[in-house]
Amino acid sequence: MSDPIARPHSKSFLAKFGELISDTLNSQVVTLWRVFKHLFVATDTVQYPEQQPHMFSRWRGRIILTRDPDGEERCVACNLCAVACPVDCIALQKTEDEEGRWYPEFFRINFSRCIMCGFCEEACPTNAIQLTPDFEMAEYKRQDMVWEKADLLIAGTGKYHETNFYRVAGKAIGGKDKGEAKNELPPVDVRSLLP
Amino acid sequence: MQWEVGSALNIASILAVVIVIAAMLIWVERRLLGFWQDRLGPNRVGPFGLLQVVADMIKIFTKEDWIPPFADRFSFVLAPTIIMIVILFSFSVVPFAPGVGIVDSNIGVLFVLAMASLGAYSVMLGGLSSDNKYALLGSLRAAAQMVSYEVFMGISLLGVVALAGSFNLREIVVAQEGGWFVVPQFIGFIIFLIAGIAESHRLPFDIPEAEQEICAGYHTEYSGMKFGMFFVGEYLGLVLISSLITVLFFGGWQGPLLPPLVWFFIKASCFIAFFILLRAAIPRPRYDQLMSYGWLFLLPLSLINLLITGAVILLAN
Repeated sequence: MSDPIARPHSKSFLAKFGELISDTLNSQVVTLWRVFKHLFVATDTVQYPEQQPHMFSRWRGRIILTRDPDGEERCVACNLCAVACPVDCIALQKTEDEEGRWYPEFFRINFSRCIMCGFCEEACPTNAIQLTPDFEMAEYKRQDMVWEKADLLIAGTGKYHETNFYRVAGKAIGGKDKGEAKNELPPVDVRSLLP
Repeated sequence: MQWEVGSALNIASILAVVIVIAAMLIWVERRLLGFWQDRLGPNRVGPFGLLQVVADMIKIFTKEDWIPPFADRFSFVLAPTIIMIVILFSFSVVPFAPGVGIVDSNIGVLFVLAMASLGAYSVMLGGLSSDNKYALLGSLRAAAQMVSYEVFMGISLLGVVALAGSFNLREIVVAQEGGWFVVPQFIGFIIFLIAGIAESHRLPFDIPEAEQEICAGYHTEYSGMKFGMFFVGEYLGLVLISSLITVLFFGGWQGPLLPPLVWFFIKASCFIAFFILLRAAIPRPRYDQLMSYGWLFLLPLSLINLLITGAVILLAN
């Protein structure tokens, strides 16, 4: 171990000379040789447009709105995604259909702001909003980066196939009254004297 | 028109070939660096990306040729032209093959060294006239580096000159018929190689333009074709140093079977590739390391080399 207080001239010239030579041979020449050998190593480049990169299923890319297994919209317009969004790129308005289902009247994502953080997906209680491994979203006009519900909504269930919010929730909708949901007991009749 | 040293055809073709090769080196360097870093490099424009150079040139020519209002206009415009002119002048004494060359000067070696010294003005003026702190730092470094490395660049060549008995580069090549000077002058070759890198301020000795510390050093304020001239000038310097090493230490055009020009081209290309490999592999030294390495190690070594060479020649006579 070298003495940290040692002055530079405490070593003899010959010792410094030998050090320089051995450093050059051991470090620089070996480095040159190792880098040179990479000429014969296969390159890591994926030639993108011709060759598609392998995208992992958890990649956070283009955002979609999914449907439940019955084919209905999963989104219940709870606004949690819009609240979670750090760049405020999600805008939506809740409305209700005649059966009592909640759904977004409009659902708008401004992808020129979106940073693909995935917070909306984490916040979503019904697995409606999901991120997909698609990253090819370039547009010529900035306005084309704003996607409406018609652009976002897909026909299938996306990554999570089971989730079916209204089949487990206690809310009554057309065709499913209170107490008829999965794992749900019928409502207690508070006016009855029976246990 | 005759195909002899100094004919108009000769001058025109050497000028064209040298400049085209220097421009092509932009592509060669990026490609080779790519392979050494397990990438592909530019391979899109034309076959193997060869037309990348054309694309780069179109881009650089159509860029706004901007002179900053605070710069000193005259020297700002003058600086990039100096480096191109000076290096192209140096090519005039390089013997490429028998009958191919521009001048057979009796002071060829001295001429090259003199032009290399003038090249320092280019970076100094460029940095000074830019009126920018990074440019000034870069040109300060360039001035010190080039002046100090020129000293033993010259001394390292004296061994070759003594062996050949001539300052004429063509005669130096002819004198190597019996054997290349790299064998008796190996230390001289190493010193010239290192000094040559420092002279053309290529990595790892690109301290005057060190991007990471002083953005682009002396050409921070340059853009458009004026930057392009610095850029091509650097590659011209690379070609020049490689040609000089070939001429002085590796027997120039001499070699079996293949025509002389091909041999020259092969040898010079090997050194160009080696310089690019240096760029890919070796990190930049600190500034004071560079200076003390030069003055305290390379200068004494080159003097010792010269002394021993002289003594051996005297003894042999």
